[in-house]
Amino acid sequence: MNSLSDPHMEPSRLSKAWNSNMAYSFRKNPVAVVSLIIFAVIFFMTLFAPLIAPFDPYDPRSFDIMLSEIPPAWSDGGEAQFIFGTDDQGRDLWSAILYGTRISIFIGLAAVALQAVLGITMGLIAGYVGGRVDSILMRVADIQLSFSTLMVAIIFLAITQAVFGSETFNQYAIYMLVAVIGIAEWPQYARTVRATVLAEKKKEYVDAARVMGFGPLRIMVRHILPNSVSPIFVISTVQVANAIISEASLSFLGLGMPVSQPSLGSLISSGFDYIFSGSWWITTIPGVVLVVLVLVINLLGDWLRDVLNPKLYKG
Amino acid sequence: MFAYLVKRLFQAAAVMFVISLISFAIQDNLGDPLRELVGQSVSEETRDELRDELGLNDPFLVQYGRFLGNAVRGDLGTSYFFKEPALTVILKKLPATLELVAGATIIIIGLSIPLGVYTAIKPNSIMSRLIMGISIVGISVPVFLTAIGMIFLFSVELRWLPSFGRGDTVDVIGYWSTNFLTLDGWQHILLPSVALASIMLPLFIRLIRSEMMETLQSEYVRYAYAKGIAPRRIWFVHALKNTLLPVITVGGVQIGTMVAYTILTETVFQWPGMGFMFLEAVNRVDTPLIVAYLIVVGFIFVVTNTIVDLIYGLVNPTVKLSRMGA
Amino acid sequence: MSLLSVRDLVVKFAMRNNTVTALNKISFDLARGERIGIVGESGAGKSITGFSILNLLSKPGYIDSGSITFDGEDITQMTDPQLRDIRGNRIAMIFQDPMVTLNPVLTIGQQMVETLQAHRRLSKSDAEQIAIAKLREVYIPAPEERLAQYPHELSGGMRQRIIIAIALLLDPQLIIADEPTTALDVTIQADIMELLLELCQSNKVSLILITHDLGVVSQMTERTLVVYAGRIIEAGPTREIINDPQHPYSQGLINALPQQTPRGEKLKQIPGAMPALSAVPDGCAFNPRCSFATDTCRKTVPEVTRIDHLEVACHEVRRHHETEEVAE
Repeated sequence: MNSLSDPHMEPSRLSKAWNSNMAYSFRKNPVAVVSLIIFAVIFFMTLFAPLIAPFDPYDPRSFDIMLSEIPPAWSDGGEAQFIFGTDDQGRDLWSAILYGTRISIFIGLAAVALQAVLGITMGLIAGYVGGRVDSILMRVADIQLSFSTLMVAIIFLAITQAVFGSETFNQYAIYMLVAVIGIAEWPQYARTVRATVLAEKKKEYVDAARVMGFGPLRIMVRHILPNSVSPIFVISTVQVANAIISEASLSFLGLGMPVSQPSLGSLISSGFDYIFSGSWWITTIPGVVLVVLVLVINLLGDWLRDVLNPKLYKG
Repeated sequence: MFAYLVKRLFQAAAVMFVISLISFAIQDNLGDPLRELVGQSVSEETRDELRDELGLNDPFLVQYGRFLGNAVRGDLGTSYFFKEPALTVILKKLPATLELVAGATIIIIGLSIPLGVYTAIKPNSIMSRLIMGISIVGISVPVFLTAIGMIFLFSVELRWLPSFGRGDTVDVIGYWSTNFLTLDGWQHILLPSVALASIMLPLFIRLIRSEMMETLQSEYVRYAYAKGIAPRRIWFVHALKNTLLPVITVGGVQIGTMVAYTILTETVFQWPGMGFMFLEAVNRVDTPLIVAYLIVVGFIFVVTNTIVDLIYGLVNPTVKLSRMGA
Repeated sequence: MSLLSVRDLVVKFAMRNNTVTALNKISFDLARGERIGIVGESGAGKSITGFSILNLLSKPGYIDSGSITFDGEDITQMTDPQLRDIRGNRIAMIFQDPMVTLNPVLTIGQQMVETLQAHRRLSKSDAEQIAIAKLREVYIPAPEERLAQYPHELSGGMRQRIIIAIALLLDPQLIIADEPTTALDVTIQADIMELLLELCQSNKVSLILITHDLGVVSQMTERTLVVYAGRIIEAGPTREIINDPQHPYSQGLINALPQQTPRGEKLKQIPGAMPALSAVPDGCAFNPRCSFATDTCRKTVPEVTRIDHLEVACHEVRRHHETEEVAE
């Protein structure tokens, strides 16, 4: 009743969370802590990229071709105003990386959100309705999984680019990347959610809920879905890492973000040609950022898997 | 067994049907065959006549039927750029890609099984921690970055290995010329294969490790210990056989991913395979070649998946093939 | 000299934050050819006793202290090769659930032959001949054909017979059977037990039968150990334990048997449940469920008292016995 005045009686939500099992294992795991810190730093820096970046990498007026391929500030010939040097067009690499990482993270998160929504819906329907619907959905999922996402994405994007021309394509590239990565990977979620639904459906409380007259939608969302939270969580972490890699790969092939609005993949791609002439930084620095970003997400995913230890669908 | 086979083939045919529909739709919408045939100077009337002659004004189904008939006979149109039958162009490029995949597969199988088993048996050893640590970095580095990194290190800085092309190859039979018969060929295929294997290898090590650890917890492994069976036999006969069953299924799926990664690897190393060719074809809007690539890759997917499923059915005694078909 | 002598065996489980004692100073002897039963509820530590005799505790369990002397040698001090030499060869084990005990991807023949070849230099065909002979002993029809079959092609009862045949392959001195019939259909449970008894008697093999079923123990064994929360609380000739149990827990078990209850009456159950091993109460572990419990029972662990042929760990029984002795 008077919990505010007596914090010893009623521990706050925050301290409860702090003392939970998960938080305990988190504090005990330096790798997870460091990963989260690095991820948070990258995330917030890119979130506030417009405030941090010294130049606007999308504004061609801000870069000067005369200042192209300047090495990073710490090496010979570097200039203090370009910490990480400039790329082949004279664009400040540091600003480009901040904006590029922002795009990479956005695409990763948005694509995974789309995957999750699609997959969870399909999984719930397949598991709950069962029968014919279930077997058709799962067969489609099987077939879709047997075609790799990257393959489907490459072909789809290559053809759209050829059909609509690169001008139009570049304009909508970001949405297309989210859509294609998002749609191609729904079976992962669908299978896991379906498995939980099948396991939970047999349990008494679901029968009880049905007897009490709750509709199937309510039963699924309120009763069954919470049981798949931990596997969904674990899958999502890995999927974000994979989506970022997919986006980078597609952009590297010229099927993703255009050079005028580069993501990490397009930056690496634009620098690749200069690696032989000694301008290593244009490729290497965005490459390192990409690897660190994906690595910390994967490390967090590994830790989550160890802690939550969910039954993931295999095969 | 027979019923299962029929069912599996039917499914494969259904997938191929969908792929052919997509391919046809692409051919229908992408590029104008007349442009390639006659150029700009011909009048609209003659164009229409030509259209009729070529059957471009026929109903959709008739056109699709013709496309399908031609495809089955191996006629996938003529490449605009190469002025050669598209299928021939692809078949010439196919061996390079398949050899690259073969090289990567050898690396993956050769390393993932021993490393996966080792890390499962001795999960707490320093060596295992090191392998697992490297493997998580491995899955975090995109294939094209590994490729670039290796080129930078081994070709640009150390100048040990070539950075592009296939080098000296030896003709074997038909369009197949191989890298594996000359030293130069080996030197050229080494970096691309390693790059292609780089993301799949850690994935397989982790998969084999976790499956193996689960198997080692099983009751029948404990029973084998209770019978006084030597650990070596328990690991490599009792546990490994059960471990590899799910790995085979996942492996089948990963073959598809590997074909996709050949596009990346071939682009970085300018490897004259069909992945590199595909991207070029896209840039040139060489529709017949794009369509042919799609169909050939789809075919490879379907065939490998079917084979993997059959192998799984044959290797796993508890899967009755009749039941698998259901 | 007895075949097996367990002294003050303590088994612990290292959990994330603490260690749990699963077996607390277990001691018993087993003579050659003798059959004993270990009885208790699930979680009491019966299976752990069985596995620790083969030094086969799965992580995080470990033998903390005590000795297990088999045929003059201490199993707890043995090296891995020495242990391997005993397992399956001189001590065979029959697991609980035949559906998961046999390796699904190896044929029956492979699993039998490997056991023989692990301990003897035998050719494959010689080993197969022995396997066929043993399969015949356990009344498996058409044993020659079984060798090529996989476990999933056989029924549960058939598989358990095969596991018994595997146990007999190397003519062991001791068989440990861990609830060998609980996973099986009720109709074939008696058959399997009968077969096991017959084979032990004809081959003069000692048997440790781990079960929760007092009825089975009374048919199969000469001596019985009753375990509760990781301790032996009563031990002695099976007949006496069944007919005249001393410890309140054993009495409760016997009274709960359906045969002990007249028709139409409710089964007499012991109130409450056995504590988890991580939460064993002070004093006598049984005290919260015991209707005779006193303050002593809540404070000190009872020592073993010998009453005729029975060994009982109970303060009340001891007090009673002492007053009787004084009276005499």
